[in-house]
Amino acid sequence: MTTAAMPAVPPPDSVDTVLDLLSTHDYIADRALATCVFLALRLGRPLFLEGEAGVGKTEIAKVLARALGRPLERLQCYEGLDLASAAYDWNHARQMVEIRLAEAAGEADRSRLGRDLYSEAFLIRRPLLRAVEGIDGRAPVLLVDELDRADEPFEAFLLEVLSDFTITIPELGVRGGGTPPIVVVTSNRTREIHDALKRRCLYHWVDYPDAARERAILHARAPGVGKRLGAQVVAFVQGLRERDLFKLPGVAETLDWANALMQLDVVELDPAVIDDTLGVLLKYQDDIMRLRGSEAAQILTQVKAELAHGAPS
Amino acid sequence: MARRPEPRDTPAGDTPTGGHLAENVLQFVRVLRAAGLRVGPGDMLDAVRAVEAVGPASREDFKAALAAVLVTRRQDVALFDEAFHIFWKDPDILGRLMGLLLPRLRTPGEDDGGSQRLRDALGATPPEADPPVPAETQRVSVDLDWSAQERLGTLDFDKMSAEEFRRAQRLIDVLRLPALRVPARRRRPDPRGRHVDLRASMRASLRGGGDIIPLCRTAPEPRPPTVVALCDISGSMDRYARVFLRLMHGLANREPHFHGFVFGTRLTNITRPLRDRDPDMALAAAAAAMPDWAGGTRIGACLTEFNRLWSRRVLGQGALVLLLTDGLDRAEADGLDRAMERLHKSCRRLIWLNPLLRWDGFQPKAAGVRAILPHVDDFRPVHSLDSLAQLVRVLSDHAAGHSPRRLEAARAWREALAG
Repeated sequence: MTTAAMPAVPPPDSVDTVLDLLSTHDYIADRALATCVFLALRLGRPLFLEGEAGVGKTEIAKVLARALGRPLERLQCYEGLDLASAAYDWNHARQMVEIRLAEAAGEADRSRLGRDLYSEAFLIRRPLLRAVEGIDGRAPVLLVDELDRADEPFEAFLLEVLSDFTITIPELGVRGGGTPPIVVVTSNRTREIHDALKRRCLYHWVDYPDAARERAILHARAPGVGKRLGAQVVAFVQGLRERDLFKLPGVAETLDWANALMQLDVVELDPAVIDDTLGVLLKYQDDIMRLRGSEAAQILTQVKAELAHGAPS
Repeated sequence: MARRPEPRDTPAGDTPTGGHLAENVLQFVRVLRAAGLRVGPGDMLDAVRAVEAVGPASREDFKAALAAVLVTRRQDVALFDEAFHIFWKDPDILGRLMGLLLPRLRTPGEDDGGSQRLRDALGATPPEADPPVPAETQRVSVDLDWSAQERLGTLDFDKMSAEEFRRAQRLIDVLRLPALRVPARRRRPDPRGRHVDLRASMRASLRGGGDIIPLCRTAPEPRPPTVVALCDISGSMDRYARVFLRLMHGLANREPHFHGFVFGTRLTNITRPLRDRDPDMALAAAAAAMPDWAGGTRIGACLTEFNRLWSRRVLGQGALVLLLTDGLDRAEADGLDRAMERLHKSCRRLIWLNPLLRWDGFQPKAAGVRAILPHVDDFRPVHSLDSLAQLVRVLSDHAAGHSPRRLEAARAWREALAG
């Protein structure tokens, strides 16, 4: 189904509606996040999501776009990201051809040429401009992903976009200003984002889910995983998060691991399988070395004992 | 106190045009200047005029009028308040006030707070110095003549007298820090740059009518690096840490991406307190945040904690890490090797500053030293002003990614150690 064919859904009118809407699109949010999303939609404020990698920050934007029937406009940030690749650019090659053509035709009206060269026809729209202008008359969901990877000059530019939802093109004037897009900004916190930008947004720290919610997520996202294996996988990952590892596994890793185990036709965790597949869960050699063998087996024993007692943590 | 004519009266008791008031205002301005506020002769005239305009009827108005003219930087407000409070009081209680004021601003274990500067400026040794002393002997000069400065430069911080140490700290405040820059992706216009900026070229061509397209060029614009300082504040490092904290304060105010941490038995982030412009205020605030000054050390545990909680937040953009420690660890370097390896892999350059290197025959015997050494890019002594000045010079090399010759020496030493 293409986004254009999707009917626009009216914005939700309560936190519960948001929760339902997200869960029908397989995103199991906790109540705090749902409240934040609800307020962002209601107040027309950007949503600023910070959290460890793999906890579902980017996913919320995608799900919102799908759930509300809006197109998704994604801007991946990187160092040196500038206006030309984030907001708009001019088609210089065509402009040069245009000048040559004008010369060949013997046109003498220089000022008119100048005006023509900076008209809509030569404008190349980039994600930010498309987002504030709207796509096919609809305000999209704008995802500014991993803002911490961009440098500070770009952050400063984003301030105008996020407060007024307009972009000023010197040659054409102010663009945008219609229905504002729904903005989701994410950051992995590899550096602190400036307070001025945070102030314009609703802030939410996306944390690792608790066991019950993680089981629900696993059930929604990887329905093929058996109930018994799923419970063990979640309990094991939750056990890992209590250790002080260098990088704790996120929800994305849990899903990957469950899928990997399914591919290996595993129906129940055992120490050998865990040792073989630890690389799916942990991405640092120090952590893997530490866990492999006795410590992993120890967590597993604990997990199985807890599950056997019918007291899943 | 002999140099300062006493304020003859409280302002409320004087007439606006009275000679005493103007005289006292001038004296007050001199005190402020000696204490480090940036006030010139022009400000003196303005101050007198402002006071005359407001009138001396209300003490609050009087103070506000002086502050409006004399205080131009946020960080000077506290100093001004203090000076005003002391100066425009009955001179008899000045001494007692000083006594009350001093302990509040001390850094731990040393009499060196904001009001030390003010005390110098007021020219007063503590209260009992009331009997008149000849003006010359009472003069306190912060500038040093050349030979004294030279001697101070090579002197070990640990061997300095209290007075010398205090002077040395002042000299660190005025140490010139180089502009640190690292290569970056963002570009700026540069006629000798390698990239052609089509957008600017088009615009420039239209300005000339569109016949000729002059090529506008751009070159990468270097950006300030992330600098992270980790300072050991255990008992054995006491004086060096004190000095290094002052250098950290300088960096915190110069470098937009600076993060400062101290560790003894636990890790503390002191970036925010260090950002205060006034060195004394900043260090007092930082000291208040450190619970474990001059205690034991658990280097391994603290660095592990840093790796886990902070490294991803502050080392993300190719950081330059300064680690100040003597490597003498209470916990027998437990886990230090792994923590150092992780730290080294997470940053661009790791520089170890070790005061013990001041001895030429220093041998890496301690377990902590042996654990740290394989994982540093460079190591340098920091025991005297000269070595600090040297460090400041190599910092810019490191930031730009150049390898100072010292690096080779470090590698050779490391290999000898392994062999």
